[in-house]
Amino acid sequence: MKDTKFNYKNIPGWGMDADPENEPTYPMKTWTGDDHNRINYERADQQPIDLEILLSTERPAPTRVFGNTVPPSGLSGVIRRYAFSHSEDRYRHWIPLILADRINMVEGVVKDISEGYLPNIAAERGWRVEWKYKPKKMALKVGIVAVAGLYLFLKLKSTKKKRWYHQLI
Amino acid sequence: MLAMNYRGPYRIRTEQRPMPEILHPEDAIIRVTRSCICGSDLHLYHGMVPDTRVGSTFGHEFTGIVEEVGPLVQKLKVGDQVLVPFNVACGRCNFCKQGLYGNCHESNPMATAVGGIFGYSHTAGGYAGGQAEYVRVPYADVGPTVIPADMDPDDAVLLTDVVPTGYQAAEMGGIKQGDTVVIFGAGPIGIMAARCAWFFGPSRVIIIDHIDYRLEFAKNYAHCEAYNFKDMEDPVVFLKKTTDWYGADVCIDCVGCEAEGNTLQTFSGRIMLMQSGAGTALQWAINSVKKGGIVSIVGVYGPPFNLIPIGNVVNKGITIRANQASVKRLLPKLIDHVQSGRLNPKGLITHRVPLEEVADAYRLFSSKLDNCIKTVLIPSTKS
Repeated sequence: MKDTKFNYKNIPGWGMDADPENEPTYPMKTWTGDDHNRINYERADQQPIDLEILLSTERPAPTRVFGNTVPPSGLSGVIRRYAFSHSEDRYRHWIPLILADRINMVEGVVKDISEGYLPNIAAERGWRVEWKYKPKKMALKVGIVAVAGLYLFLKLKSTKKKRWYHQLI
Repeated sequence: MLAMNYRGPYRIRTEQRPMPEILHPEDAIIRVTRSCICGSDLHLYHGMVPDTRVGSTFGHEFTGIVEEVGPLVQKLKVGDQVLVPFNVACGRCNFCKQGLYGNCHESNPMATAVGGIFGYSHTAGGYAGGQAEYVRVPYADVGPTVIPADMDPDDAVLLTDVVPTGYQAAEMGGIKQGDTVVIFGAGPIGIMAARCAWFFGPSRVIIIDHIDYRLEFAKNYAHCEAYNFKDMEDPVVFLKKTTDWYGADVCIDCVGCEAEGNTLQTFSGRIMLMQSGAGTALQWAINSVKKGGIVSIVGVYGPPFNLIPIGNVVNKGITIRANQASVKRLLPKLIDHVQSGRLNPKGLITHRVPLEEVADAYRLFSSKLDNCIKTVLIPSTKS
Protein backbone atom coordinates (compact mmCIF):
# COMPACT_ATOMS: atom_id res chain seq x y z
CA MET A 1 0.00 0.00 0.00
CA LYS A 2 1.32 3.41 -0.92
CA ASP A 3 2.11 5.64 2.10
CA THR A 4 0.17 8.81 1.29
CA LYS A 5 1.60 10.71 4.27
CA PHE A 6 5.15 10.51 2.91
CA ASN A 7 6.05 13.52 0.77
CA TYR A 8 9.07 12.56 -1.27
CA LYS A 9 9.38 16.14 -2.50
CA ASN A 10 10.73 17.09 0.92
CA ILE A 11 13.85 14.97 0.42
CA PRO A 12 16.80 17.38 0.16
CA GLY A 13 17.74 17.87 -3.49
CA TRP A 14 14.62 16.22 -4.86
CA GLY A 15 14.44 16.81 -8.62
CA MET A 16 17.18 19.45 -8.75
CA ASP A 17 19.27 17.60 -11.40
CA ALA A 18 16.33 16.50 -13.53
CA ASP A 19 17.03 17.25 -17.20
CA PRO A 20 14.01 17.10 -19.48
CA GLU A 21 16.36 16.85 -22.49
CA ASN A 22 17.83 13.60 -21.15
CA GLU A 23 15.26 11.40 -22.83
CA PRO A 24 16.73 8.40 -24.65
CA THR A 25 13.35 7.37 -26.06
CA TYR A 26 13.06 10.58 -28.13
CA PRO A 27 11.74 10.80 -30.88
CA MET A 28 9.96 7.48 -30.54
CA LYS A 29 8.15 8.64 -27.44
CA THR A 30 6.53 11.99 -26.85
CA TRP A 31 6.90 12.12 -23.09
CA THR A 32 3.82 13.54 -21.38
CA GLY A 33 4.22 12.35 -17.83
CA ASP A 34 1.02 10.31 -18.16
CA ASP A 35 2.98 7.17 -17.29
CA HIS A 36 2.72 8.27 -13.67
CA ASN A 37 -1.06 7.95 -13.86
CA ARG A 38 -0.50 4.25 -14.55
CA ILE A 39 -3.61 2.57 -15.88
CA ASN A 40 -5.99 5.40 -15.06
CA TYR A 41 -6.80 6.39 -18.62
CA GLU A 42 -10.00 6.49 -20.65
CA ARG A 43 -10.83 3.11 -22.11
CA ALA A 44 -12.88 1.83 -24.99
CA ASP A 45 -15.88 -0.45 -24.38
CA GLN A 46 -15.07 -4.04 -23.48
CA GLN A 47 -15.29 -6.56 -26.31
CA PRO A 48 -17.72 -9.26 -25.12
CA ILE A 49 -15.81 -12.23 -23.74
CA ASP A 50 -17.76 -15.13 -25.22
CA LEU A 51 -14.91 -17.58 -25.62
CA GLU A 52 -11.96 -18.72 -23.55
CA ILE A 53 -9.02 -16.34 -23.64
CA LEU A 54 -5.87 -17.04 -21.68
CA LEU A 55 -4.69 -14.02 -19.74
CA SER A 56 -1.11 -13.17 -18.87
CA THR A 57 -0.63 -13.31 -15.10
CA GLU A 58 1.21 -10.02 -15.46
CA ARG A 59 -2.00 -8.24 -16.40
CA PRO A 60 -4.98 -10.15 -15.04
CA ALA A 61 -7.66 -7.85 -16.55
CA PRO A 62 -8.44 -8.49 -20.23
CA THR A 63 -7.62 -5.82 -22.76
CA ARG A 64 -10.61 -4.01 -24.29
CA VAL A 65 -10.20 -5.90 -27.57
CA PHE A 66 -8.55 -9.22 -28.33
CA GLY A 67 -8.28 -11.81 -31.07
CA ASN A 68 -10.79 -14.60 -31.15
CA THR A 69 -9.24 -16.87 -33.72
CA VAL A 70 -8.35 -20.20 -32.11
CA PRO A 71 -9.48 -20.85 -28.52
CA PRO A 72 -7.47 -23.46 -26.61
CA SER A 73 -8.74 -27.02 -27.01
CA GLY A 74 -7.67 -30.64 -26.59
CA LEU A 75 -4.43 -31.73 -24.98
CA SER A 76 -2.62 -28.69 -26.37
CA GLY A 77 -5.27 -26.53 -24.67
CA VAL A 78 -4.61 -28.21 -21.33
CA ILE A 79 -0.91 -27.47 -21.70
CA ARG A 80 -1.57 -23.88 -22.74
CA ARG A 81 -3.75 -23.34 -19.65
CA TYR A 82 -0.90 -24.67 -17.49
CA ALA A 83 1.55 -22.34 -19.27
CA PHE A 84 -0.67 -19.33 -18.58
CA SER A 85 -0.65 -20.09 -14.86
CA HIS A 86 2.95 -18.85 -14.90
CA SER A 87 4.27 -15.41 -15.68
CA GLU A 88 5.96 -14.42 -18.92
CA ASP A 89 9.19 -14.29 -16.94
CA ARG A 90 9.28 -18.07 -16.49
CA TYR A 91 10.47 -20.79 -18.79
CA ARG A 92 7.53 -22.84 -17.53
CA HIS A 93 5.36 -20.38 -19.43
CA TRP A 94 7.14 -20.46 -22.80
CA ILE A 95 8.43 -24.04 -23.10
CA PRO A 96 4.99 -25.61 -22.51
CA LEU A 97 3.59 -23.25 -25.16
CA ILE A 98 6.08 -24.55 -27.72
CA LEU A 99 5.25 -28.12 -26.67
CA ALA A 100 1.55 -27.34 -27.04
CA ASP A 101 2.20 -25.96 -30.54
CA ARG A 102 3.81 -29.24 -31.61
CA ILE A 103 1.01 -31.33 -30.09
CA ASN A 104 -1.50 -29.00 -31.74
CA MET A 105 0.09 -29.85 -35.10
CA VAL A 106 -0.67 -33.58 -34.54
CA GLU A 107 -4.17 -32.69 -33.33
CA GLY A 108 -4.65 -30.79 -36.58
CA VAL A 109 -3.76 -33.83 -38.69
CA VAL A 110 -6.04 -36.08 -36.60
CA LYS A 111 -8.88 -33.57 -36.97
CA ASP A 112 -8.36 -33.34 -40.73
CA ILE A 113 -8.49 -37.12 -41.12
CA SER A 114 -11.46 -37.48 -38.77
CA GLU A 115 -13.31 -34.99 -40.99
CA GLY A 116 -12.44 -37.06 -44.07
CA TYR A 117 -9.76 -34.68 -45.34
CA LEU A 118 -6.34 -36.07 -46.17
CA PRO A 119 -3.82 -33.21 -45.95
CA ASN A 120 -1.72 -32.74 -49.08
CA ILE A 121 1.59 -32.37 -47.28
CA ALA A 122 3.58 -31.77 -50.47
CA ALA A 123 1.32 -28.87 -51.46
CA GLU A 124 1.17 -27.47 -47.92
CA ARG A 125 4.96 -27.47 -47.72
CA GLY A 126 5.32 -25.78 -51.12
CA TRP A 127 7.48 -28.54 -52.56
CA ARG A 128 6.30 -27.63 -56.07
CA VAL A 129 8.28 -24.38 -56.11
CA GLU A 130 11.23 -26.00 -54.38
CA TRP A 131 11.27 -28.58 -57.20
CA LYS A 132 10.89 -25.86 -59.82
CA TYR A 133 13.79 -23.71 -58.62
CA LYS A 134 16.10 -26.16 -56.83
CA PRO A 135 15.44 -29.60 -58.36
CA LYS A 136 18.83 -31.02 -57.34
CA LYS A 137 18.42 -30.02 -53.69
CA MET A 138 14.87 -31.35 -53.69
CA ALA A 139 15.95 -34.64 -55.29
CA LEU A 140 18.70 -34.95 -52.68
CA LYS A 141 16.19 -34.40 -49.86
CA VAL A 142 13.76 -36.95 -51.31
CA GLY A 143 16.64 -39.39 -51.79
CA ILE A 144 17.82 -39.03 -48.19
CA VAL A 145 14.29 -39.51 -46.85
CA ALA A 146 13.75 -42.54 -49.14
CA VAL A 147 17.03 -44.19 -48.08
CA ALA A 148 16.34 -43.49 -44.39
CA GLY A 149 12.81 -44.84 -44.77
CA LEU A 150 14.01 -47.97 -46.52
CA TYR A 151 16.67 -48.54 -43.85
CA LEU A 152 14.09 -48.18 -41.06
CA PHE A 153 11.68 -50.49 -42.86
CA LEU A 154 14.32 -53.20 -43.32
CA LYS A 155 15.55 -52.79 -39.76
CA LEU A 156 12.03 -53.22 -38.37
CA LYS A 157 11.42 -56.20 -40.64
CA SER A 158 14.60 -57.96 -39.49
CA THR A 159 13.75 -57.27 -35.83
CA LYS A 160 10.34 -58.84 -36.32
CA LYS A 161 11.88 -61.93 -37.97
CA LYS A 162 14.32 -62.39 -35.10
CA ARG A 163 11.50 -62.23 -32.57
CA TRP A 164 9.50 -64.79 -34.50
CA TYR A 165 12.58 -67.06 -34.73
CA HIS A 166 13.28 -66.74 -31.02
CA GLN A 167 9.69 -67.63 -30.18
CA LEU A 168 10.04 -70.88 -32.17
CA ILE A 169 13.11 -71.91 -30.17
CA MET B 1 -14.07 -16.42 -47.60
CA LEU B 2 -10.66 -17.74 -48.54
CA ALA B 3 -7.91 -17.46 -45.91
CA MET B 4 -4.42 -18.74 -45.27
CA ASN B 5 -4.43 -21.51 -42.65
CA TYR B 6 -1.39 -22.54 -40.58
CA ARG B 7 -1.13 -26.30 -40.00
CA GLY B 8 2.25 -26.54 -38.24
CA PRO B 9 5.88 -25.65 -39.01
CA TYR B 10 6.45 -25.33 -42.78
CA ARG B 11 2.81 -26.36 -43.50
CA ILE B 12 0.14 -23.95 -44.64
CA ARG B 13 -2.82 -24.03 -47.00
CA THR B 14 -5.75 -21.91 -48.03
CA GLU B 15 -9.19 -22.80 -46.76
CA GLN B 16 -12.72 -21.44 -46.77
CA ARG B 17 -13.44 -19.72 -43.45
CA PRO B 18 -16.47 -17.92 -41.98
CA MET B 19 -16.60 -14.21 -42.74
CA PRO B 20 -15.20 -12.03 -39.94
CA GLU B 21 -17.76 -10.15 -37.86
CA ILE B 22 -17.90 -6.87 -35.98
CA LEU B 23 -17.14 -7.93 -32.39
CA HIS B 24 -16.64 -4.48 -30.88
CA PRO B 25 -18.31 -1.14 -31.71
CA GLU B 26 -14.97 0.28 -32.89
CA ASP B 27 -14.25 -2.58 -35.33
CA ALA B 28 -14.21 -2.47 -39.11
CA ILE B 29 -14.28 -5.28 -41.64
CA ILE B 30 -11.79 -4.79 -44.46
CA ARG B 31 -11.82 -6.51 -47.85
CA VAL B 32 -8.15 -7.19 -48.44
CA THR B 33 -6.65 -5.95 -51.71
CA ARG B 34 -3.00 -6.69 -51.05
CA SER B 35 -1.17 -8.57 -48.31
CA CYS B 36 2.56 -9.10 -47.98
CA ILE B 37 4.56 -11.92 -46.48
CA CYS B 38 6.91 -10.35 -43.97
CA GLY B 39 10.29 -11.75 -42.98
CA SER B 40 8.91 -12.01 -39.45
CA ASP B 41 6.07 -14.22 -40.79
CA LEU B 42 8.80 -16.74 -41.51
CA HIS B 43 9.49 -17.05 -37.77
CA LEU B 44 5.85 -18.17 -37.41
CA TYR B 45 6.11 -20.40 -40.48
CA HIS B 46 9.21 -22.06 -39.02
CA GLY B 47 7.47 -22.68 -35.68
CA MET B 48 9.76 -20.35 -33.74
CA VAL B 49 7.08 -18.21 -32.05
CA PRO B 50 5.39 -19.74 -28.97
CA ASP B 51 1.57 -20.04 -28.97
CA THR B 52 1.19 -20.17 -32.74
CA ARG B 53 -1.95 -22.26 -32.91
CA VAL B 54 -2.95 -24.56 -35.75
CA GLY B 55 -5.76 -22.89 -37.68
CA SER B 56 -4.30 -19.37 -37.37
CA THR B 57 -4.24 -16.94 -40.29
CA PHE B 58 -1.06 -14.88 -40.61
CA GLY B 59 -0.54 -11.52 -42.24
CA HIS B 60 0.16 -8.13 -40.67
CA GLU B 61 0.96 -6.10 -43.81
CA PHE B 62 -2.20 -5.42 -45.77
CA THR B 63 -4.33 -2.85 -47.53
CA GLY B 64 -8.01 -3.09 -48.29
CA ILE B 65 -11.40 -1.53 -48.78
CA VAL B 66 -13.70 -0.84 -45.84
CA GLU B 67 -16.72 -3.16 -46.11
CA GLU B 68 -18.44 -2.56 -42.78
CA VAL B 69 -17.88 -0.37 -39.71
CA GLY B 70 -19.00 -0.68 -36.10
CA PRO B 71 -21.43 1.89 -34.61
CA LEU B 72 -18.71 3.95 -32.89
CA VAL B 73 -16.37 4.27 -35.89
CA GLN B 74 -16.31 7.90 -37.02
CA LYS B 75 -13.30 8.45 -39.27
CA LEU B 76 -13.79 5.62 -41.77
CA LYS B 77 -16.68 4.97 -44.11
CA VAL B 78 -17.63 2.03 -46.28
CA GLY B 79 -15.67 2.09 -49.52
CA ASP B 80 -12.58 3.87 -48.16
CA GLN B 81 -9.30 2.39 -49.40
CA VAL B 82 -7.05 2.02 -46.39
CA LEU B 83 -3.61 0.84 -45.38
CA VAL B 84 -3.61 -0.87 -42.00
CA PRO B 85 -0.58 -0.55 -39.69
CA PHE B 86 0.56 -3.89 -38.32
CA ASN B 87 0.08 -2.74 -34.70
CA VAL B 88 -3.35 -2.98 -33.08
CA ALA B 89 -3.53 0.24 -31.06
CA CYS B 90 -6.29 1.79 -28.94
CA GLY B 91 -5.04 5.39 -29.20
CA ARG B 92 -6.08 6.09 -25.61
CA CYS B 93 -3.66 4.34 -23.26
CA ASN B 94 -0.60 6.18 -22.00
CA PHE B 95 1.66 4.37 -24.43
CA CYS B 96 -0.44 5.23 -27.48
CA LYS B 97 -0.86 8.81 -26.31
CA GLN B 98 2.91 9.15 -26.17
CA GLY B 99 3.36 7.81 -29.69
CA LEU B 100 4.25 4.24 -28.75
CA TYR B 101 1.54 2.67 -30.90
CA GLY B 102 3.51 -0.58 -31.06
CA ASN B 103 3.22 -0.93 -27.29
CA CYS B 104 -0.52 -0.41 -26.78
CA HIS B 105 -1.75 -1.61 -23.40
CA GLU B 106 -5.28 -2.44 -24.56
CA SER B 107 -4.74 -4.81 -27.44
CA ASN B 108 -3.08 -7.95 -26.13
CA PRO B 109 -4.40 -9.75 -23.03
CA MET B 110 -2.08 -12.72 -23.56
CA ALA B 111 1.27 -11.03 -23.03
CA THR B 112 2.68 -7.79 -21.69
CA ALA B 113 5.95 -8.27 -23.56
CA VAL B 114 4.38 -7.27 -26.87
CA GLY B 115 1.39 -5.28 -28.08
CA GLY B 116 -1.32 -6.62 -30.37
CA ILE B 117 -0.26 -7.49 -33.91
CA PHE B 118 -2.48 -8.77 -36.71
CA GLY B 119 -1.93 -12.43 -37.56
CA TYR B 120 1.07 -12.92 -35.33
CA SER B 121 0.23 -15.78 -32.92
CA HIS B 122 -1.64 -15.64 -29.63
CA THR B 123 1.49 -14.25 -28.04
CA ALA B 124 0.59 -11.07 -29.97
CA GLY B 125 -3.12 -11.12 -29.17
CA GLY B 126 -4.58 -13.94 -31.28
CA TYR B 127 -5.88 -11.69 -34.08
CA ALA B 128 -6.66 -13.09 -37.51
CA GLY B 129 -4.27 -11.74 -40.12
CA GLY B 130 -4.68 -10.17 -43.51
CA GLN B 131 -3.59 -13.09 -45.67
CA ALA B 132 -7.26 -13.63 -46.36
CA GLU B 133 -10.04 -12.09 -48.40
CA TYR B 134 -11.50 -10.25 -45.39
CA VAL B 135 -10.18 -9.29 -41.97
CA ARG B 136 -11.51 -7.76 -38.78
CA VAL B 137 -9.68 -4.56 -37.78
CA PRO B 138 -10.22 -3.37 -34.17
CA TYR B 139 -9.89 0.30 -33.16
CA ALA B 140 -10.68 1.27 -36.74
CA ASP B 141 -10.46 5.01 -36.02
CA VAL B 142 -6.86 4.71 -34.80
CA GLY B 143 -4.72 2.56 -37.10
CA PRO B 144 -6.22 2.40 -40.60
CA THR B 145 -5.23 5.33 -42.79
CA VAL B 146 -6.97 6.33 -46.01
CA ILE B 147 -4.59 5.82 -48.93
CA PRO B 148 -3.95 9.11 -50.79
CA ALA B 149 -5.65 9.06 -54.19
CA ASP B 150 -2.40 9.43 -56.11
CA MET B 151 -0.53 6.69 -54.25
CA ASP B 152 0.34 3.40 -55.93
CA PRO B 153 -1.33 0.53 -54.00
CA ASP B 154 1.97 -1.37 -54.01
CA ASP B 155 3.63 1.56 -52.23
CA ALA B 156 0.73 1.73 -49.78
CA VAL B 157 0.97 -1.90 -48.67
CA LEU B 158 4.65 -1.48 -47.87
CA LEU B 159 3.84 1.51 -45.65
CA THR B 160 2.09 -0.85 -43.22
CA ASP B 161 5.36 -2.31 -41.91
CA VAL B 162 8.47 -2.50 -44.10
CA VAL B 163 9.01 1.21 -44.63
CA PRO B 164 8.16 2.35 -41.06
CA THR B 165 10.22 -0.44 -39.51
CA GLY B 166 13.20 0.28 -41.76
CA TYR B 167 12.87 4.01 -41.13
CA GLN B 168 12.54 3.62 -37.35
CA ALA B 169 15.56 1.31 -37.32
CA ALA B 170 17.59 4.19 -38.76
CA GLU B 171 15.87 6.78 -36.59
CA MET B 172 16.64 4.84 -33.40
CA GLY B 173 20.28 4.74 -34.48
CA GLY B 174 20.51 8.45 -33.73
CA ILE B 175 22.61 8.82 -36.88
CA LYS B 176 24.61 12.06 -37.11
CA GLN B 177 26.04 13.65 -40.24
CA GLY B 178 29.21 11.86 -41.28
CA ASP B 179 28.49 8.69 -39.32
CA THR B 180 29.27 5.19 -40.49
CA VAL B 181 26.21 2.96 -40.19
CA VAL B 182 26.36 -0.82 -40.37
CA ILE B 183 23.21 -2.81 -41.02
CA PHE B 184 23.06 -6.54 -40.38
CA GLY B 185 20.61 -8.35 -42.66
CA ALA B 186 19.77 -7.62 -46.31
CA GLY B 187 16.15 -8.73 -46.16
CA PRO B 188 13.42 -6.21 -47.02
CA ILE B 189 13.70 -4.47 -43.63
CA GLY B 190 17.50 -4.28 -43.76
CA ILE B 191 17.42 -2.92 -47.30
CA MET B 192 14.82 -0.31 -46.30
CA ALA B 193 16.83 0.60 -43.17
CA ALA B 194 19.89 1.12 -45.37
CA ARG B 195 17.91 3.34 -47.74
CA CYS B 196 16.32 5.32 -44.91
CA ALA B 197 19.64 5.76 -43.07
CA TRP B 198 20.65 8.28 -45.76
CA PHE B 199 17.84 10.62 -44.61
CA PHE B 200 19.89 11.25 -41.46
CA GLY B 201 23.13 12.22 -43.21
CA PRO B 202 25.72 9.47 -42.70
CA SER B 203 28.83 9.29 -44.87
CA ARG B 204 28.85 5.49 -45.16
CA VAL B 205 26.12 2.84 -45.04
CA ILE B 206 27.34 -0.76 -44.99
CA ILE B 207 25.09 -3.81 -45.19
CA ILE B 208 26.16 -7.32 -44.15
CA ASP B 209 24.47 -10.58 -45.15
CA HIS B 210 25.41 -13.97 -46.61
CA ILE B 211 23.12 -14.12 -49.64
CA ASP B 212 24.73 -12.64 -52.72
CA TYR B 213 21.59 -11.79 -54.70
CA ARG B 214 20.21 -9.83 -51.75
CA LEU B 215 23.48 -7.97 -51.26
CA GLU B 216 23.50 -7.05 -54.95
CA PHE B 217 19.89 -5.85 -54.67
CA ALA B 218 20.69 -3.83 -51.55
CA LYS B 219 23.70 -2.20 -53.21
CA ASN B 220 21.58 -0.99 -56.12
CA TYR B 221 18.41 -0.12 -54.20
CA ALA B 222 19.93 1.52 -51.13
CA HIS B 223 23.17 2.88 -52.63
CA CYS B 224 25.19 1.24 -49.87
CA GLU B 225 28.31 -0.89 -49.54
CA ALA B 226 27.40 -4.58 -49.33
CA TYR B 227 29.55 -7.41 -47.99
CA ASN B 228 29.07 -11.15 -47.61
CA PHE B 229 30.18 -12.30 -44.15
CA LYS B 230 30.92 -15.75 -45.54
CA ASP B 231 33.78 -14.15 -47.48
CA MET B 232 35.31 -12.86 -44.22
CA GLU B 233 37.18 -14.71 -41.55
CA ASP B 234 35.58 -12.54 -38.87
CA PRO B 235 32.94 -9.88 -39.65
CA VAL B 236 33.67 -7.94 -36.45
CA VAL B 237 37.36 -7.62 -37.29
CA PHE B 238 36.44 -6.67 -40.87
CA LEU B 239 34.16 -3.88 -39.64
CA LYS B 240 36.74 -2.62 -37.16
CA LYS B 241 39.35 -2.55 -39.91
CA THR B 242 37.09 -0.73 -42.37
CA THR B 243 36.38 1.95 -39.74
CA ASP B 244 40.06 2.67 -39.03
CA TRP B 245 40.04 0.22 -36.11
CA TYR B 246 37.51 2.43 -34.34
CA GLY B 247 34.14 0.72 -34.77
CA ALA B 248 30.97 1.82 -36.50
CA ASP B 249 29.08 4.79 -35.08
CA VAL B 250 25.77 2.98 -35.36
CA CYS B 251 24.93 -0.71 -35.82
CA ILE B 252 21.44 -1.88 -36.73
CA ASP B 253 20.18 -5.45 -36.26
CA CYS B 254 17.61 -6.24 -38.95
CA VAL B 255 18.04 -10.01 -38.71
CA GLY B 256 16.52 -11.27 -35.48
CA CYS B 257 16.21 -14.82 -34.27
CA GLU B 258 17.05 -16.79 -37.41
CA ALA B 259 20.56 -15.48 -37.92
CA GLU B 260 23.35 -17.56 -39.40
CA GLY B 261 27.09 -17.24 -38.97
CA ASN B 262 27.83 -18.57 -35.49
CA THR B 263 27.68 -22.31 -34.82
CA LEU B 264 27.06 -22.03 -31.07
CA GLN B 265 24.28 -19.47 -31.54
CA THR B 266 22.68 -21.50 -34.34
CA PHE B 267 22.81 -24.77 -32.41
CA SER B 268 21.56 -23.40 -29.10
CA GLY B 269 19.07 -20.93 -30.54
CA ARG B 270 17.64 -22.36 -33.74
CA ILE B 271 18.10 -26.10 -33.36
CA MET B 272 17.77 -26.72 -29.61
CA LEU B 273 15.56 -23.68 -28.87
CA MET B 274 17.53 -23.15 -25.66
CA GLN B 275 17.35 -19.41 -26.35
CA SER B 276 14.98 -17.26 -28.38
CA GLY B 277 16.68 -17.99 -31.66
CA ALA B 278 20.24 -17.19 -32.62
CA GLY B 279 21.51 -13.82 -31.40
CA THR B 280 24.42 -13.74 -33.86
CA ALA B 281 23.54 -10.44 -35.54
CA LEU B 282 23.04 -8.70 -32.22
CA GLN B 283 26.32 -10.09 -30.92
CA TRP B 284 28.11 -8.76 -34.00
CA ALA B 285 26.34 -5.39 -33.68
CA ILE B 286 27.43 -4.97 -30.06
CA ASN B 287 30.99 -6.00 -30.82
CA SER B 288 31.30 -3.92 -34.02
CA VAL B 289 29.97 -0.61 -32.75
CA LYS B 290 32.36 2.02 -31.36
CA LYS B 291 32.63 2.77 -27.66
CA GLY B 292 29.70 4.97 -26.74
CA GLY B 293 27.97 3.97 -29.98
CA ILE B 294 24.33 3.10 -30.56
CA VAL B 295 22.86 -0.29 -31.42
CA SER B 296 19.36 -0.21 -32.89
CA ILE B 297 17.32 -3.42 -32.93
CA VAL B 298 14.29 -4.14 -35.08
CA GLY B 299 15.08 -7.82 -35.74
CA VAL B 300 12.45 -10.04 -34.15
CA TYR B 301 13.42 -12.20 -31.18
CA GLY B 302 11.19 -14.46 -29.11
CA PRO B 303 10.18 -13.69 -25.54
CA PRO B 304 12.43 -15.62 -23.10
CA PHE B 305 16.08 -14.56 -23.56
CA ASN B 306 19.15 -14.52 -25.80
CA LEU B 307 22.83 -14.99 -25.20
CA ILE B 308 24.42 -11.65 -26.04
CA PRO B 309 27.60 -10.00 -24.71
CA ILE B 310 25.88 -7.70 -22.23
CA GLY B 311 29.19 -7.11 -20.41
CA ASN B 312 30.51 -5.46 -23.58
CA VAL B 313 27.41 -3.24 -23.67
CA VAL B 314 28.25 -1.97 -20.19
CA ASN B 315 31.99 -1.69 -20.63
CA LYS B 316 31.78 0.04 -24.03
CA GLY B 317 29.01 2.37 -22.85
CA ILE B 318 26.71 1.34 -25.68
CA THR B 319 23.17 2.63 -25.94
CA ILE B 320 20.68 0.04 -27.12
CA ARG B 321 17.48 1.33 -28.69
CA ALA B 322 14.75 -1.00 -29.84
CA ASN B 323 11.04 -1.23 -30.49
CA GLN B 324 8.37 -2.43 -32.83
CA ALA B 325 7.78 0.35 -35.35
CA SER B 326 5.22 2.93 -34.38
CA VAL B 327 3.60 2.96 -37.80
CA LYS B 328 0.92 5.55 -37.10
CA ARG B 329 3.44 8.06 -35.74
CA LEU B 330 5.67 7.75 -38.79
CA LEU B 331 3.05 7.59 -41.54
CA PRO B 332 2.69 11.35 -42.28
CA LYS B 333 6.44 11.73 -42.81
CA LEU B 334 6.78 8.51 -44.81
CA ILE B 335 3.79 9.22 -47.04
CA ASP B 336 5.48 12.53 -47.87
CA HIS B 337 8.77 10.77 -48.69
CA VAL B 338 6.91 8.39 -51.02
CA GLN B 339 4.73 11.00 -52.70
CA SER B 340 7.71 13.27 -53.31
CA GLY B 341 9.57 10.40 -54.98
CA ARG B 342 12.36 10.21 -52.44
CA LEU B 343 11.35 6.67 -51.46
CA ASN B 344 10.27 3.92 -53.83
CA PRO B 345 8.87 1.13 -51.62
CA LYS B 346 7.35 -0.89 -54.46
CA GLY B 347 10.85 -1.32 -55.86
CA LEU B 348 11.29 -4.03 -53.22
CA ILE B 349 8.50 -6.20 -54.64
CA THR B 350 9.83 -9.08 -56.70
CA HIS B 351 6.85 -11.49 -56.67
CA ARG B 352 3.08 -11.13 -56.93
CA VAL B 353 1.24 -14.34 -56.08
CA PRO B 354 -2.49 -15.18 -55.91
CA LEU B 355 -3.67 -15.87 -52.35
CA GLU B 356 -4.59 -19.40 -53.42
CA GLU B 357 -0.87 -20.15 -53.88
CA VAL B 358 0.16 -18.96 -50.42
CA ALA B 359 2.00 -22.21 -49.57
CA ASP B 360 4.22 -21.82 -52.62
CA ALA B 361 4.76 -18.14 -51.81
CA TYR B 362 5.96 -18.94 -48.29
CA ARG B 363 8.32 -21.63 -49.57
CA LEU B 364 9.64 -19.25 -52.22
CA PHE B 365 10.42 -16.61 -49.59
CA SER B 366 11.63 -19.02 -46.91
CA SER B 367 14.02 -20.90 -49.19
CA LYS B 368 15.07 -17.65 -50.94
CA LEU B 369 14.20 -19.05 -54.37
CA ASP B 370 14.04 -17.12 -57.65
CA ASN B 371 15.92 -14.14 -56.13
CA CYS B 372 12.92 -13.37 -53.93
CA ILE B 373 13.04 -10.13 -51.92
CA LYS B 374 9.39 -9.30 -51.23
CA THR B 375 6.20 -11.19 -52.04
CA VAL B 376 2.73 -9.69 -52.29
CA LEU B 377 -0.35 -11.90 -52.08
CA ILE B 378 -3.32 -10.79 -54.14
CA PRO B 379 -6.78 -12.12 -53.21
CA SER B 380 -9.19 -12.73 -56.06
CA THR B 381 -11.69 -10.40 -54.35
CA LYS B 382 -9.37 -7.38 -54.59
CA SER B 383 -11.42 -5.49 -57.17
